[in-house]
Amino acid sequence: MSSFRGRDVLSIRDFSRADIELVLKTARKMVPIALGKKVSRDLEGRILGTLFYEPSTRTRLSFESAMGRLGGRVLGFSSAEGTSVQKGETLADTIRMVEAYSDGVVLSHPQEGAARLAAEFSEKPVINAGDGAGQHPTQTLLDLFTIWDEKGSIEGQRVALVGDLKYGRTVHSLTYALAELGAHLSFVSPPTLEMPREIVDHIKERHLSFQLSHRLEDVIREADVLYVTRIQKERFPDPQEYEKVAGSYRVDLDLLKDAKRDLIIMHPLPRVTEIAPEVDRTKHALYFKQAFNGVPVRMALLDLILGGGP
Amino acid sequence: MRELRVTPIKNGTVIDHIPAGMALKVLKILGIGDGVASTVTVAMHVPSQAMGWKDIVKVEDRELGTREIDKIALIAPSASVNVIRNYNVAEKRRVALPDRAVGILRCGNPNCISNAREPVESEFVVRSKAPLRIYCKYCDRELEDIPSHIV
Repeated sequence: MSSFRGRDVLSIRDFSRADIELVLKTARKMVPIALGKKVSRDLEGRILGTLFYEPSTRTRLSFESAMGRLGGRVLGFSSAEGTSVQKGETLADTIRMVEAYSDGVVLSHPQEGAARLAAEFSEKPVINAGDGAGQHPTQTLLDLFTIWDEKGSIEGQRVALVGDLKYGRTVHSLTYALAELGAHLSFVSPPTLEMPREIVDHIKERHLSFQLSHRLEDVIREADVLYVTRIQKERFPDPQEYEKVAGSYRVDLDLLKDAKRDLIIMHPLPRVTEIAPEVDRTKHALYFKQAFNGVPVRMALLDLILGGGP
Repeated sequence: MRELRVTPIKNGTVIDHIPAGMALKVLKILGIGDGVASTVTVAMHVPSQAMGWKDIVKVEDRELGTREIDKIALIAPSASVNVIRNYNVAEKRRVALPDRAVGILRCGNPNCISNAREPVESEFVVRSKAPLRIYCKYCDRELEDIPSHIV
């Protein structure tokens, strides 16, 4: 029996290296089923509760697709409107109601720590599908899967994280996981949006090599993976300043002239202007495949947690 | 010349070795200010061999609970708590930082679920004692300015 059975997925930091590797390997086996080329009945008769207090179309649909591909069913809501939540029901009560109707719960919630609270009240496993500006472990796992699946390993890869590294907690979780798995990291951001000191210190403590930079040009030649994130307008008091900064972190064909032939470009989506549409046609562009990978990775987690394991 | 700044108490608690300037925060933790039925003596900026300067708080006819002592540890980890019974020190305790602080602090992150109307107590994990660094169990944020978040 898998050590994953019945387990909560709250933060990527609860995952050991071996745990992550098991998820990645299981996800690879799920790809043909996710593509509809093979049929699975692994989770037939199982019901997944999906509570999306915060709308998150991509995450919700990929969980629903994942459960459906494994023969299971989904019940839940895609926004808190029209539910008992609006009548003032606490999350603790809603969770205890939904766990009675399902075998596991996926939760997306606008407040940080919601998934950990839900897990305290639920006997059934809780999967965190994003809690405010907090954790989003299934996004991290699908990011890791994308690199691993494309490059064959994560250890030793030169991964450059680009954009808003200060507020993007998804990037923080990914950084911890990449460090755990032995990637070489570069952090490229405007001076006001640098990676928080606490995370940089964590990497130093582990004696891992890393590079801090304010210019994309400094990392483009060496990088194996470019992980681009959105720089949000509201982080800048002056719209002109935003335009200037955002423009200097834009990935386009001109920048890619100096890149390795097998560089892959990732982005959690939705993108705005940080990757030029012309890049979509290059073999570097992996962000749509990355979005698809959300399905096999979530299938892997569901199968390991609700089913009997691989 | 003998100086007696503070008289001995018969029964109660003496909190000694409080870092200078923190006595008023200790009073706040003990809820002293409204409806106190016994005498409270505060000495501030007292010379101390070990600390240079220190504060002392004496509360008559009252012994402290674990939660109160844990709260004091958060702002005055050097403090000692002496329980006085019939003019004698019946018990002498150094305060000790707990590994977890349950129900004694409020998370500084307004968007943390522990600040919502949910049936849970706040809980913080002490990740480092010197310097003191504590993190919310729920939102995983570090709590800054600990004294102002004591409940």
